[in-house]
Amino acid sequence: MAAAARFLIRGANSKLPIAVVGSGAHCSFGSTFLKLSLNCNSGIKTQRRHAAHFTFQPDPVPTQFGPTQKMNLFQSVTSALDNTLANDPTAVIFGEDVAFGGVFRCTVGLRDKYGKDRVFNTPLCEQGIVGFGIGVAVAGATAIAEIQFADYIFPAFDQIVNEAAKYRYRSGDLFDCGNLTIRAPWGCVGHGSLYHSQSPEAFFAHAPGLKVVIPRGPVQAKGLLLSCIADKNPCIFFEPKIMYRAAVEQVPVESYTIPLSQAEVLQEGSDVTLVAWGTQVHVLREVANLAQEKLGVSCELIDLQTILPWDVETVCKKWSNELGGG
Amino acid sequence: MTSVWRFVSNALCRITGRKVAAPTVSEGSTVVVSNSLNEFTTRASFDIKKCDLHGLEAGPPLKTELSRDEGLRFYRTMQVMRRMELKADQLYKQKIIRGFCHLYDGQEACAAGVEAAIDPSDHLITAYRAHGYTYTRGVSVREILAELTGRRGGVAKGKGGSMHMYAPNFYGGNGIVGAQVPLGAGIALACKYQGNNQICVTLYGDGAANQGQIFEAFNMAALWKLPCLFICENNKYGMGTSVERASASTDYYKRGHFMPGIRVDGMDVLCVREATKFAADHCRTGKGPIIMELQTYRYHGHSMSDPGVSYRTREEIQEVRSKNDPISLLKERMLSSNMASVEEFKEIDIEIRKEVEDATQFATSDSEPPLEELCNHIFSNNPPLQVRGTHPWAKLKSSS
Repeated sequence: MAAAARFLIRGANSKLPIAVVGSGAHCSFGSTFLKLSLNCNSGIKTQRRHAAHFTFQPDPVPTQFGPTQKMNLFQSVTSALDNTLANDPTAVIFGEDVAFGGVFRCTVGLRDKYGKDRVFNTPLCEQGIVGFGIGVAVAGATAIAEIQFADYIFPAFDQIVNEAAKYRYRSGDLFDCGNLTIRAPWGCVGHGSLYHSQSPEAFFAHAPGLKVVIPRGPVQAKGLLLSCIADKNPCIFFEPKIMYRAAVEQVPVESYTIPLSQAEVLQEGSDVTLVAWGTQVHVLREVANLAQEKLGVSCELIDLQTILPWDVETVCKKWSNELGGG
Repeated sequence: MTSVWRFVSNALCRITGRKVAAPTVSEGSTVVVSNSLNEFTTRASFDIKKCDLHGLEAGPPLKTELSRDEGLRFYRTMQVMRRMELKADQLYKQKIIRGFCHLYDGQEACAAGVEAAIDPSDHLITAYRAHGYTYTRGVSVREILAELTGRRGGVAKGKGGSMHMYAPNFYGGNGIVGAQVPLGAGIALACKYQGNNQICVTLYGDGAANQGQIFEAFNMAALWKLPCLFICENNKYGMGTSVERASASTDYYKRGHFMPGIRVDGMDVLCVREATKFAADHCRTGKGPIIMELQTYRYHGHSMSDPGVSYRTREEIQEVRSKNDPISLLKERMLSSNMASVEEFKEIDIEIRKEVEDATQFATSDSEPPLEELCNHIFSNNPPLQVRGTHPWAKLKSSS
C-alpha cells in the first residue's frame, strides 16, 4: 500500500532529499559570495547543477502538548486529520486520490479507520471539489478538501474567493462556511516545473473572509492545521511539499493548536527584519547566521505563518524598534 | 478440413514469405487487388468494428480499404512511436530525462489513425500524454527526444520538456487537465471565422471528462456549430482511478448530450481512421461539433513514477498486449492478407531502431540551452525585461 502510494505521486520524486539537486530553486545567500552564481558564464556545455538547498532546521521538542513522536510533515498532517476525525463526528475528508492515502500519503490509513463515508475520493474536478466543500461546510459538517497540487487550485478560485470568502458577509452572518478547510501541497520541489511547483498564496491574500496559512515544519503543520479546522472561517492550508519527507521533528501525538494570525519570532535581532513562511524560513535562518558571521549584521527572523490575516503588529513592532521607535 | 488446410497453408506462407497459391485470406478481409507479378497484395478490404452511435442515424462504414503502402506507413508510424516511448522510458530510468514523462505506448493507433484522416493544415491540441501526437504532427524523433532530455535541439528549445512540445498546427502538450478543451473550441471558432474549411481536433482523457470546462466548451461548440472534433481517449484509468470509480456515466461519447458521438475501437488503426474521417466530414460540412470516444489502453503507468500495477493487474496489461496490441493487429492483418512479409516488417523494425538510436545519440550529446535563454518570451516586449532570479542579486533578462 505504501509502495503503491509512493509510486502514484504525480511525477514527484519518491525520495525527496534534504538537499535537493536542481537549479533554479532556493539558492543560498552564501553562494553569491562563495561560488559562482547562477548568471555566470554558461559557455560550458553542461552547466553545473547548483545544489538548490535549504537545510531543514527542526524546532525544539515541544513539551507543553504531551507525549511526542518522531514524524515527518506528511505524517504530522495525517496525525492532525486522525485527531480531527476521532474527535469530530461530522468531519469528512475528500479530494482526488485521498482514499488510498493520497499522492503524498497524507491520508494513509484514515479510510480504513473511519470508513468510506468519511474519507472518499472525488472525480477530477477542482471547482467541483471546492464548491461541494462549501456546501458541506454550510450544512454543518467539518469539510476538509484536498486539492492535489496548489497549481491546480485555479479552477476553484472563483468558488474560494467569490463564494467561500464572502459567504458570511453577504448573508449578514446568517450562513457561513467556516467549517471548510482546503489543503494543498505547495511550493517548489526542484523538478516540479510549471505545474507542480507553484506558491499561489499571493492570489488569495487579498480576499477578506479567507484565511491562508503556511507552516514551516511538522510541529507547526499539525498545530496550524488543527487551528484551521477549528477556525470558524474558511481556511486554505498550504503544505510545503519539499518538506513532506525531509522535515522530521518530534510532534505531539495528541491534539493541539497553534494560534492563527500570530507570527513567530524565531530569532531576535536589531539591524534587519527577515520575514518568511514555509520552506523559505529555513533558508533565511541560514541567511541570518551568514549575515552575522560575514557582515556582523544582526537579523531578526519572523515566521509569518498566517498570510491572511497577517500579524501586522509583531512585524511592525520589530521595524519600529529598529527605527528607534518605542 | 479446408479451414485447417488454409490455416496451415497460411502459416507456411507466412514463414517462408512466399506467394500464396490460391487467394487465401484471413477472416473478415477480402483481397481487392492481387497483382500476380508482384509478390504482395496491393490492396485489401477489411471489416471493422461497428461504432456505437449517439445522436446519429448513420455512422462510419463497416468496411475499409487499405493499400500496402498505407499499411506499411501505419506500421512504421506506430512502431516509431512505440520504440520512441520505450527509449524515453529507458532514458528516464537512467536519469537522463527528468521531471515528468507520460508515455503513450499502447495508444499508438489513436494518433496514427487520427492523423491519417485529417490534413496537415487541420489543427490538433491534446493533453500531457503528447509524444505520439507530436510525432504524427510532424516533429522528428530527434527533436522529441532532445526536448525530453532538455537540450537546445529539442522542439521547444529544451525549455518545454515532455508536456510542452509544439509544432505548426499542433498546440501541445498541456499540463493542466482539461484546460486544453476550451482552447480547442476557440481554435475551431477561428477556423470557422476564417472560412478555411479546417477543423480542430481536441483531445482529452477519461479523467478530464469530469472537468467543468469541458462541458462549457461543448456548449459553446454546439451552440455556434464550431468545426471541433472532440476526442476522448478513454484508456480506462485517470491516473490511478478506474473510470467506474470516477464517472457516473462511462459512456464518454454520450457526454456531449446534445452533441452527436461515436464510440470507436481505439486499438484498431483502421477503425480510428474511418471514424475520424466520418467525424471530420461531419465538422467540415457545417453540422457542428462531434465527440469521438476512442477506447484504448496504456501499457505504462500514468507517468514514470507510477508502476501502473497497483490499480490494475499485470494479467490485464498482458492480456491487452497479447490480444489487442495495435501494432500486432495491423501486422497480423497485413500478413494474413499477404500484403507484406515478415522480413519486410523486420527490416522496418531495424530501420526504426537505428533511427531511434541516432536520435538518442543526438539527444544525449547535444548541449543544453544557454542560461541567457532561461527567461525569454515572458512578454512580447521590445526592450529586454529584467527578471529577478532566485535572489535579488541574480539578474536575469527576458528578451523576445
